[in-house]
Amino acid sequence: MLSSIVFLPLVAAALLAVLRVPDRAARATWMAVTAADLALVVALVLGYETPVDGGLAFEERARWIPSVGSSWHVGVDGISLPLVALTAVVFCACAVYGLRETRRPRQLAALFLALQTTCLGLFVAQDLIVFFVFFDLSIVGMYAAIAGWGHGRAAGRSALQFFLYTFLGSLALLLGFIGLYLGADPHTFDIPELVAAAPLADSPVAGGFVLAALLVGLAVKTPTVPFHTWLPPAHTDASAIGSAVLAAVLLKMGTYGFVRIAMPVLPGAWQAAAWVVLGVGIASVLYGALVALAQTDLKRMIAYTSINHMGYVVVAVGAAGLAGGDAAAREVAVTGAVTQMVSHGLVTGALFLLAGVLHDRTGSYAMGGFGGLAGRAPGWSGLFAVAAFASLGIPGFSGFVAEFQVFAGSIGAAAWAAIALPGIVLTAALFLRALQQLVTGPPGELTPRFSDVRAPEWLPVTGLLLLSLAVGVLPGPLLDLITPAGAAVVDLVSR
Amino acid sequence: MTDQQPLALLPEFFLLGGAVVALLSGSFLPRQRQWVARLLAGTALLGAGVAAALALGDAPRTVFGAFVLDTPTSVTRLVVVAATLLVIGLGVEDLAGHPRESETYALLLLGSLGAVVLAATDDLLVLAVGFLLTSIPLYALVGMSRSAGAAEAALKTYLLGALAGIALLLGTVVLGSVAGGTAYGVLGSGLATAPAAAVAAGAVGVLGGLLFEAGAVPLHPWVPDAAQGAGTPAAAFLTTVPKVGALVALARLVDVLPGTLPVPLLVGLLAAATMTVGNLAALAQTDARRLLGWSTVSQVGYLLMPVAVVGTSAGAVPALLTYLVGYAVTNLTAFAVLAARPAARSLEDFRGLARQDPRLAAALVVALLSLVGTPPTAVFLGKLTVFTAAWDGDQAWLVVVAALNTVVSLAYYLRWLVQAFRAPEETDGAAAPWARGAAVAGAVAVLAVGVGAGPVTALVTG
Repeated sequence: MLSSIVFLPLVAAALLAVLRVPDRAARATWMAVTAADLALVVALVLGYETPVDGGLAFEERARWIPSVGSSWHVGVDGISLPLVALTAVVFCACAVYGLRETRRPRQLAALFLALQTTCLGLFVAQDLIVFFVFFDLSIVGMYAAIAGWGHGRAAGRSALQFFLYTFLGSLALLLGFIGLYLGADPHTFDIPELVAAAPLADSPVAGGFVLAALLVGLAVKTPTVPFHTWLPPAHTDASAIGSAVLAAVLLKMGTYGFVRIAMPVLPGAWQAAAWVVLGVGIASVLYGALVALAQTDLKRMIAYTSINHMGYVVVAVGAAGLAGGDAAAREVAVTGAVTQMVSHGLVTGALFLLAGVLHDRTGSYAMGGFGGLAGRAPGWSGLFAVAAFASLGIPGFSGFVAEFQVFAGSIGAAAWAAIALPGIVLTAALFLRALQQLVTGPPGELTPRFSDVRAPEWLPVTGLLLLSLAVGVLPGPLLDLITPAGAAVVDLVSR
Repeated sequence: MTDQQPLALLPEFFLLGGAVVALLSGSFLPRQRQWVARLLAGTALLGAGVAAALALGDAPRTVFGAFVLDTPTSVTRLVVVAATLLVIGLGVEDLAGHPRESETYALLLLGSLGAVVLAATDDLLVLAVGFLLTSIPLYALVGMSRSAGAAEAALKTYLLGALAGIALLLGTVVLGSVAGGTAYGVLGSGLATAPAAAVAAGAVGVLGGLLFEAGAVPLHPWVPDAAQGAGTPAAAFLTTVPKVGALVALARLVDVLPGTLPVPLLVGLLAAATMTVGNLAALAQTDARRLLGWSTVSQVGYLLMPVAVVGTSAGAVPALLTYLVGYAVTNLTAFAVLAARPAARSLEDFRGLARQDPRLAAALVVALLSLVGTPPTAVFLGKLTVFTAAWDGDQAWLVVVAALNTVVSLAYYLRWLVQAFRAPEETDGAAAPWARGAAVAGAVAVLAVGVGAGPVTALVTG
């Protein structure tokens, strides 16, 4: 089941790459395959029952490279399943939005389907090498998406910067994985076996170096301060769906790696480094928000709010490693971290698609050029207002549920996590200012060129925002899914 | 004398016989019918391959007192044979009708025989023979192309090769006299008590000879010149096959050098220097062949990593063989792309390749991403095992250097790749069909080795 969910898009991508089908057929295939994959994931979610022993559901394992202790091992639990669902939703939304793409639609469909496989594969991987394969391939795919379909004069350069930067991170990650492999006895790349073995527990120096390699690799991808500099240019020059996938799914790979690999496998080292992680998280929250406040380019602003929002996740996973803190509070923090990953994916995906509409009509993201869009394009303005409020964490949307838990848990574990609180106020300020500039006031010079959203644009955005609303109003099902897994992570990291 | 089993050397006899037959047939064939010589060479290679494959399961043994028949030898035989076949395949258009076509095939077969001898022997005297058998065809292959660049490259290769050969012979004499014999078994016991200075001098000489063959720092300067100046098939051959033989020979030799010398550190430093020099030099290149030449230098740096830990990590030799398999198929795929576009010299000339010839462009993407070490390609598997072995052998610093070098290498491989995806200037899509087929087949093999990693690692661990 999991393997077919992972490889269905890849098979379609290979067919689209080889067969020269007409553009219409390519777009239809793209949409149909993402919809089919989404249906399979929905079936997966409905059929999921939290494993009683804290293990994995829908587990599959096949021989791959036995001599180095690596196998095709996949499975889901309460942490990975929400992200698998998020991936399927976001790619389906992008396929709908991509109906309007006129530049090489067949190749674009093939690329995004292949990218979908890498993202799904990463979230179900239970083997470090499988994880790494998909981690690296997602970088290659995203590079092609930015370099091939990006806009802006510097798309090639931004793409190269993105590739070099994240590739450096991925090599650091590989070094960390090799360290874990050699530290475990018997040598293995299997994640559950590594979790059980907790390698390097009795050699804090080696454990510290391996964790440092993992942290650098994952922090580049997340990204946290000070490894974030690749993100704004990559977003600015990527196409709308490229940005949406990058922000909504690819950034989660970094934070997912913290929860899936770094925390449970290296509990001792994580506890020792928890203060550092928490500090980096707080810096990301505040720095991301402050720099976002200073932006005049809408897409750059959203990109910096991503650094801020992912910072909350880092704060929560840092606080969860503080062994002295209250265990219940730390479980809330981890649950909040996973919820925040889902929430950020839904809302920021919607925001980037809306920003793409601006660029599609006018070729610009400059907020100063717009104004009074409410009269000109009420549909777009309404959606943007909803997305902005959802992103700044208004109750009723998923962001509130997530950030509330992140702060409740983190401050419960360490009071000084409260330093990150002003980030919420800053985010509120910058989104309100952006709303004011774009939607209200007298029309700007670019406003007359703007026409309202069309069906392939408002449909996916509405879908993403409705899901965020659903999580905000009825968080129960999602939290029931995440909480046991979050508790298991806290148990493991407290060893 | 129980170890005199000529049949055990059947693959080598096929190579030797093929060389002789190809050479003789060339003398009797008219210029337009030299394809018969190609057919003969191909048949001999296939025969050698089948014979080598049949010997795969045999227990390790030594024949004629100097030929070790074990897993490294078997893998080398298969890699060398497959690589030479691929070279002939990618060179069909380039060589067909060439005035020296049959001689080229003879030289390719002799060179591959030399590479197998280098890899299989455990006697310094035979090693010297292997060195000559590999290097002399090299000079001729480089000089076969009648361009000014080829003449210069041939001279450079010859001078460096002569120097390295003398060093190798001197080293053999010194080591042999202080140890009381040239067989590795004798060296292993004799050198431990010999004066360290003499052992060091002898070891440096022999290592120097093999470093030339491998194209490693400091005896690498011939590689980029030869890659640029020689014909594409010759360039593909000389950046692949001799390296395979030389690196396996280095691993065998380093294993018997005594602990009184800091050999692991020395090889580790050479590895770091080779990968760094190769990468930094490749960054500045605009000629695709020269860029690939420097890239092969940097790849040898990674290949030297397991050699440095051959005594301290159990996984070193399998890692080396894994990387060699991946490197050989990947490098040849990249050269096959070059051979398929004979008119394209600079990176700019590949502009628009993706539009004109999507399959060839796909082969180029696979080859270059594999050279970077992106999963799931052949070189990724090699890098994974090599990094693991080096770290396991307490050379973690080398792994960090290699990882940083990998990031640097991405810059120039991507520069080439980006050209292929830019809008085309003119539509000159005349590809050579055989070379194109070799490129596509090579790309498929690169992916097959990476994805089907299980059988490959099973093969190299014996």
